Amino acid sequence: MNRPIRIMAIGCLVMFLALMVNANYVQFLNADELNARNDNRRVLNAEFSRERGPILVANDSVARSDPSDDEFEYQRTYTQPELYAHLTGYYSYIYGARDLEQSENGVLSGSDPRLFVNRVIDLVGSEQPTGGSVLLTIDPRAQRAAYEGLTNLAGNTTGAAVALDPNTGEILAMVSVPGYDPNRLASHDPDEAEKAWQNLNDDPGQPLRDRSREEIYPPGSTFKLVTAAAALSNGYEPDTMVNGSAALTFKGISYTLRNQSGDSCGAERITLTQALAVSCNVAFGDIGRDLGEAALRDQADAFGFGDSDVIRDLPAAVSQFTAPDADPLDEPQTSLSAIGQFDVAASPLQMAMVAAGIANNGTVMRPYVVSEVRGPDLDVLEATSPERLHEAVSSDVAAELTQMMETVVTDGTAGSAAIPGVPVAAKTGTAQSSAERKPYAWFVSFAPADNPQVAVAVFVQDATGVARTDVSGGGLAGPIAKAMMESVISR
Amino acid sequence: MSALGAGFVPRKRRGAELYLVVLALAVGLGAYVGVGLGVSGDVPADVYTFGGGLALLALLTHAVVRWLAPYADPVLLPLVIALNGLGLAMIYRIDFGLADRGQSVGPFAGPQLTWTAIGVAGFVAVLFIVRDHRRLQTYTYTFGLVAIVLLLLPLLPVLGVEVNGARIWVSLGPLSFQPGEIAKLCLVIFFAGYLVVKREPLALAGRRFIGIDLPRGRDLGPILVAWLLSLGVLVFQRDLGSSLLFFGLFLVLLYVATERAGWLVVGGLLFAAGAYFSYLTFDHVQLRVQGWLDPFSDTDDYFQIIQGQYGMAHGGLLGRGLGQGDPVMTPYSYSDFIAASLGEELGLAGLMAIIVVYALVVERGLRTALVCRDTFGKLVATGLAVSFALQVFVVVGGVTRLIPLTGLTTPFLSYGGSSLVANWAIIALLMRISDQTRRPAPEVRPLESDDATQVVRMR
Repeated sequence: MNRPIRIMAIGCLVMFLALMVNANYVQFLNADELNARNDNRRVLNAEFSRERGPILVANDSVARSDPSDDEFEYQRTYTQPELYAHLTGYYSYIYGARDLEQSENGVLSGSDPRLFVNRVIDLVGSEQPTGGSVLLTIDPRAQRAAYEGLTNLAGNTTGAAVALDPNTGEILAMVSVPGYDPNRLASHDPDEAEKAWQNLNDDPGQPLRDRSREEIYPPGSTFKLVTAAAALSNGYEPDTMVNGSAALTFKGISYTLRNQSGDSCGAERITLTQALAVSCNVAFGDIGRDLGEAALRDQADAFGFGDSDVIRDLPAAVSQFTAPDADPLDEPQTSLSAIGQFDVAASPLQMAMVAAGIANNGTVMRPYVVSEVRGPDLDVLEATSPERLHEAVSSDVAAELTQMMETVVTDGTAGSAAIPGVPVAAKTGTAQSSAERKPYAWFVSFAPADNPQVAVAVFVQDATGVARTDVSGGGLAGPIAKAMMESVISR
Repeated sequence: MSALGAGFVPRKRRGAELYLVVLALAVGLGAYVGVGLGVSGDVPADVYTFGGGLALLALLTHAVVRWLAPYADPVLLPLVIALNGLGLAMIYRIDFGLADRGQSVGPFAGPQLTWTAIGVAGFVAVLFIVRDHRRLQTYTYTFGLVAIVLLLLPLLPVLGVEVNGARIWVSLGPLSFQPGEIAKLCLVIFFAGYLVVKREPLALAGRRFIGIDLPRGRDLGPILVAWLLSLGVLVFQRDLGSSLLFFGLFLVLLYVATERAGWLVVGGLLFAAGAYFSYLTFDHVQLRVQGWLDPFSDTDDYFQIIQGQYGMAHGGLLGRGLGQGDPVMTPYSYSDFIAASLGEELGLAGLMAIIVVYALVVERGLRTALVCRDTFGKLVATGLAVSFALQVFVVVGGVTRLIPLTGLTTPFLSYGGSSLVANWAIIALLMRISDQTRRPAPEVRPLESDDATQVVRMR
């Protein structure tokens, strides 16, 4: 009876081999998938008990892991919580991670492939792996200027401000107000974190939303920069005479487009430069009708509208020229779109990119916020190199637009952003999208106009205590943009 | 000597065993110290008492083998000492985790060491009392009766206790144990003794079907009884694993005794029918199958299997290291799911090594069966080895989601007294048969008419 015993031995061998193959499947082949499941507390616990790398701005850690004596070894701490909340995001045991804490999790937690060598060294030394650090492109003074400018307007101001280096796409400042305190969400006390989460979600000011890039709003007259760019690229010159009258009528349609003031823009015929300086609705409505929907859309897209992936390290809302899947525009709709109304909607980041594209000889650089990825020992693993996103306009058109925008500061609506001794190019906007709501105040600018170092977009959604009639891009948003530009130029 | 052929020099190989026992101790004690270093950064304070206790037990078994079974297989003992030591260290580690989470169960390491001592005492007792395994054959039906009684015990009122839906425990005051573990051992002896007598008629061929001789209809009685017995265990005790184990064991021994593959076909069909019937009838079987196919369909119902998978995945290739994972997140991480706990902290490498150790135990058992000269010994050794293999396959396969999960203990690793005692007894019996087989025994005469016993040459 040895033959059946031998066959049984083979049977047992097959069973043990099956166990081993299956163990390989679970622990190796399928492990990444299992580890990535969001109810897997082990991975989270391990990350929480490791030293997570800091997020650095200049020489400061704005997010870092401090030793903790509770159930986890480290407590994530945000040193300037309100100022950087929408950049760092939060790192919560219950609510997961958000913004850079999420998008840079691989580096910060130490599991990124670029940290492989460090992990092997930690393994050999029987050390817990430590995370790498992430250096941001943020200029702390510009960030503070933006934050203080917005919060000083009034107690419950909502809005956002973005500053870009037009030559590289580096994000120098990106602020959304109201901010929030990510420390409370990162608390290891689940009750406290839950309470903070509840409060933030119940807050009518919606502090968790990043208004600088995750939301889009009607850009109002600042969109006339895009229309002007389209015009200059399609045969118009800065001194081309355009319609400066009080009203624009359409054949066969009863709608009439009027200027804000109700009067003409100074004369029946004015130059394109003058039209931009006084933000003449009739002139740009007429130009828009002349150029047509396709030319305007192409120009907007060339600045980054319609692109779902404009910013490299963080998610961003798609700015739009028309609503998705909209029917073709009729003439009044085209004219309204040309002055930044109807369905046109852009994030403040997108409007900063418009200014940056004009400032950078017509080339829009792709915005990014992570400047360097560093190992735990601070050696640089990867430095981000600038990347071209689009050729928005030719350098000639860019130069013409720059001159026109300087006129807006010297002779037009944007005088509030003038910096003594420094040429500034700018455009204001006041978007009235509905009668019930206060108009949005916009301000888009860059400086120095002859050698641009910074491009800015400031957006004030609602400044409590400011009367409806006093809301204007130049008045509310201009001084903030000025402060931001000064902080960068004077460094 | 004639049965073993010329040139066979019986060797005791006890020196090799001692060397391997020391290595096995190093595995267990190393793991124990590793737990201390991993959890608190210090060598555990009781390393001398605990380690001393384990070393004493290991060396005691070795000394007893030298005395009572000097020719026994030298590899079996070190293998199970390594497993037992590793299991103790893991249970010790899980005690820390349970205490950390403030759970009321445990600690388990102390009781497990006591049970190890009791198991070793049982090992010594079996070797001492059973001087010749062939004597056991005279008690064939006694063992059969004992097995039935043991299986019925948990069903009695007062004595029997239901734990987690399975009625397989017996409680006597502070002591509780699973009689099914001992019943397994008794059943092996009963099946073997029974088949030695009945194998001739059972081997008669009936109808021939695609090249396989099916058994005669009138001989189906015993297998039907075994089948119904297994179903009884499933229905009344709701113990899927034992049911499968008992039937598989009988089937394998029937096949080995008769050399008729037809029995495997008949048994396989009966198994399929029983499995299908129980899937249709019992909610808990459906639950197990669903948890195997798609555990993520219900994260509450299949929490345990999901946590086991997460633990193993988190362990990865090399493991988190002893004391550095989260094995206690998995319910019953110290008993049913200890394989997943080991996979988490020792990694794929560690789990594979453990599976190899199990495979070696089975291989040594089957080798003993091959060289054994008497039919009864062959069947007992085969039965013990195969039931061991089946049990490891069913429990480790269930925990790692190769097959549906069924509750069985992981031999020598899981926390649990009855399992430890039963498994130590199994190893004692295997070593007794092996000693009998390898010993120079001039008086041994070849069993008449056992023409199937082959001459095996050993070095």
